[in-house]
Amino acid sequence: MIIKQISVFLENISGRLAEVTRILADNKINLRALTIADTADFGILRIIAVKPDEAVRILTQAGFMAKETDVLAVEVEDKPGALAAVLDIFSKNSINIEYMYASLERSADKAVIVIKVEDVERGIKVVEANGLKPISAF
Amino acid sequence: MIWNPEAECMPPYARKRLQLANLKNLVEKVYDKVPFYRRKFEELGITPRDIHNLEDMAKLPFTTKDDLRETYPYGLLAVPEAEIEEIHMSSGTTGIPVVDAYTRKDIEIWGEGMARTLSMAGGRRNDIVQNAYGYGLFTGGMGAHYGAKTIGANVIPMSAGNTQKQIQVMKDFGSTMLTCTPSYALFLGEAIHEAGHNIREFRLRAGCFGAEPWSENMRKEIELKLNIKAYDIYGLTEITGPGVSSECEMQNGLHINEDLFYPEIIDPVTGQVLAEGEKGELVFTTLTKEGTPLIRYRTRDITCLFSESCPCGRTTIKMHRLFGRTDDMLIIRGVNVFPSQVEQVLIAIEGTDPHYQIILTRGESHLDEMEIMVEVQEKFFTDETRGLEVLRAKIETEIRSKLGVHAKIKLVEPKTIERSIGKAKRVIDKRVI
Repeated sequence: MIIKQISVFLENISGRLAEVTRILADNKINLRALTIADTADFGILRIIAVKPDEAVRILTQAGFMAKETDVLAVEVEDKPGALAAVLDIFSKNSINIEYMYASLERSADKAVIVIKVEDVERGIKVVEANGLKPISAF
Repeated sequence: MIWNPEAECMPPYARKRLQLANLKNLVEKVYDKVPFYRRKFEELGITPRDIHNLEDMAKLPFTTKDDLRETYPYGLLAVPEAEIEEIHMSSGTTGIPVVDAYTRKDIEIWGEGMARTLSMAGGRRNDIVQNAYGYGLFTGGMGAHYGAKTIGANVIPMSAGNTQKQIQVMKDFGSTMLTCTPSYALFLGEAIHEAGHNIREFRLRAGCFGAEPWSENMRKEIELKLNIKAYDIYGLTEITGPGVSSECEMQNGLHINEDLFYPEIIDPVTGQVLAEGEKGELVFTTLTKEGTPLIRYRTRDITCLFSESCPCGRTTIKMHRLFGRTDDMLIIRGVNVFPSQVEQVLIAIEGTDPHYQIILTRGESHLDEMEIMVEVQEKFFTDETRGLEVLRAKIETEIRSKLGVHAKIKLVEPKTIERSIGKAKRVIDKRVI
């Protein structure tokens, strides 16, 4: 179950992030998770949203550089040790995690971890083999 | 003091006679020895016999920077290669350098020109010259070095940079003269104050500054901060390096060593020779050079010439402090940079027509800072910062290695660099000089 993450290039200019979220809001695209990887001069905004194809199209039209990237998402219990258990699986199978971030699920006792690995298909297989279920949307 | 009163204070009519004799020799030499000039003369239907007086100079062909590029590396040599004792070069528009190849006599002439320059700034045998021009292919370092040696001074070959060491040496050894770019002089002056030194305890007395444009305001600031008299000097690799012209103690125009380097001012569009006082492109003919003599070399520097009886006693013609350039060349920390060089680096890396903008500033440090904004192309954009960081570092390294100057690279969003009528504004020069 691959999830399409939207990556947006952002210059470090004040208000730029607000513009992205405003455009998505105006187009009624709900955001599920969000993180920014930043350097001194620029950042890359990573978003999980409903209707990712549409979101990319809208952002591109608005002049942003936006791309879709395949990631996987795993639902875990919202309790100590849950994340560590998931990461152990990747570690044991020598799968390098390029980056990851977390979001809370609607139901309060769950958390969703978004994970980027080089080979998403393999990542999904390994997760499934260990009894966890990659989710397709959240 | 006047280093060479015979040459520098010669009555103008006598100098003209000498210039003409040297011009005739030069024209014969390049006609015989340099196929490039033979061809140019033939194209114009002239021979050395057509030169009867100095006004006939106008019949001679121009030499351009492109000519130097096309004849790289040895095409303009007028002597056997074995006669060459030193090579210097500066960067050209396409990365092909402009070469100056010196014979032993050329080095002597260079030293003579710079000896006159240092003497105009009061330099003499007992001076300690702290030479903070870069040593290397750049002519600044060796030029000032040879000049200092010619006048018998003690020269400390500091080269550029390493400011703390510069200050320490200046203090401990009691340097009396400083040679470097004007912006570095200012930087050094401030660093001395910041380090808590009292400049009045230093022995520094004068400085010869050139290789980049500066202003009267900058001069005042340098003179105040370093407690010295600051002299404007001029030169270019193609002609010899520094030592072509410089200010005397009157600080009113630069005396051209016209017995060595014959100046003309031309209309850069028509090529017509302009009268004294008229602003135009400065052109030099190297009257006595052996290795790579040049006929009517177009410097692309804009200035005007004026003769006046200078109270210093020198009779040589003067040129005004530079007004600007006829081309898009930028001088950044003394290094010649063309926007097209930046473009080539970006094309080599990105593979397509790049959108970029060069921003030049002279900040708190008074040193030139170059920032290049580069629009990120879609193919380089991924969800990871690493890829773009690598791209940024690669551009920075390539700029450094191809242009010889450091630039801060800033990756910006597509279509954010201003485009004016289809053509982007490539350079924003915010430097206040």
